[in-house]
Amino acid sequence: MSNETTPSRSEWPLWEVFIRGQHGMSHRHVGSLHAPDAEMAIKNARDVYTRRNEGVSIWVVEAKHIAATAPGEKGPFFEPSESKVYRHPTFFDIPDEVGHM
Amino acid sequence: MYAQMVKTASDGVKSREDMSPEEAAFQAKIDADIKIEPRDWMPEDYRRTLIRQIGQHAHSEVVGQLPEGNWITRAPTLERKMILLAKVQDEAGHGLYLYSAAETLGVSRDEMVEMLHAGKMKYSSIFNYPTLNWADIGAVGWLVDGAAIINQVALQRTSYGPYSRAMIRICKEESFHARQGYSAIMKMAFGTPEQKRMAQHAVNRLWFPALMMFGPSDKDSVHSEQSMAWKIKIKTNDELRQQFVDQTVPQILYLGLELPDPNIKWNEERGHYDFSDPDWSEFFNVLKGNGPCNTDRMKDRVGAWEDGEWVRDGLMAHARKKQARKDAAKIAAE
Ligand SMILES: [Fe+2]
Ligand SMILES: [Fe+2]
Repeated sequence: MSNETTPSRSEWPLWEVFIRGQHGMSHRHVGSLHAPDAEMAIKNARDVYTRRNEGVSIWVVEAKHIAATAPGEKGPFFEPSESKVYRHPTFFDIPDEVGHM
Repeated sequence: MYAQMVKTASDGVKSREDMSPEEAAFQAKIDADIKIEPRDWMPEDYRRTLIRQIGQHAHSEVVGQLPEGNWITRAPTLERKMILLAKVQDEAGHGLYLYSAAETLGVSRDEMVEMLHAGKMKYSSIFNYPTLNWADIGAVGWLVDGAAIINQVALQRTSYGPYSRAMIRICKEESFHARQGYSAIMKMAFGTPEQKRMAQHAVNRLWFPALMMFGPSDKDSVHSEQSMAWKIKIKTNDELRQQFVDQTVPQILYLGLELPDPNIKWNEERGHYDFSDPDWSEFFNVLKGNGPCNTDRMKDRVGAWEDGEWVRDGLMAHARKKQARKDAAKIAAE
């Protein structure tokens, strides 16, 4: 994802591109491009990011509309999940005799 | 390489003690192979050097379309025309990926394009050589993209996340470029005596310019140390050049062509081919703007930019008008 840059005169806005592949579970961020509007952004995304059948669905969103976590908060923000090992199945010892679980 | 002689914005590598706590943490991340991302703290010199390097790389992808574009309409068969068109289109994409990576550092694409046109940024020296005949197009794909691949494969491990991701994406597309080139030159080398002669000439003319792509010899490369500490340079110029020679010599021999340099010889002791240095005065002269095609390339780039301005502006005006109409309809409906 790209930072917002100061638009100089008539510079086309920046769009972030998300693509879902043939067997992909969800859309993934693949890159950015400039385009005057959403329709052109999708056409350009097709031309740039799906030249080799990488996708069957494209989302574009103007970069300025994306909200993100702050890099400095990385530790404290994600900390709550670090202390909860019991959320993982391997936390529990189940005897072999019980079979697959 | 595609970024040659990138001036590192720094006065040498600092010791840990001379670094601020922020900078020490930054360097520790790089040493641990943790990627630096756009909004992470980074030294101003790192940011400025990267803009220069990624920008130069992006410009090379775009200017690099010109010598090949020259042959799209003259390709010998419809199939070759379609292949070359696809290859050149890929290069436009490479330019986009790289401009996008540079934009995350706080410079806009238009600003970089304008700096190129004002002569304040450079592109690779290789694209200032002409493509005189069809054999040159084969040789460009094989040798020029081949050299680019060696550099770009190394750069996949670069410390800056967006640059690294652009390199990974580019590398996936590059082997098509090299292979279509080699297959074109194979046709020539195994064709009529006249075709073989053209293939030989292409190799002879492009060999040294291809070696120059890796930049000056390590002993004259003043900017390497800091860039290597920052991992925006992964291997030295001479290491990459040697890798290219070792990989390419057997490919030349397979074609039944003569080696373009009489000093190319296998060195048992080193386990590498020996070879002659390119003429470095020619290299510096081309970088200064005095290569055979510098003027043409810039004229074509600036021309395309200026001739396209009304289209860019027109589409933007149209998009704004459409949006305004949509907004008005929405208000009316409420
Ligand atoms: Fe490329
Ligand atoms: Fe290429």
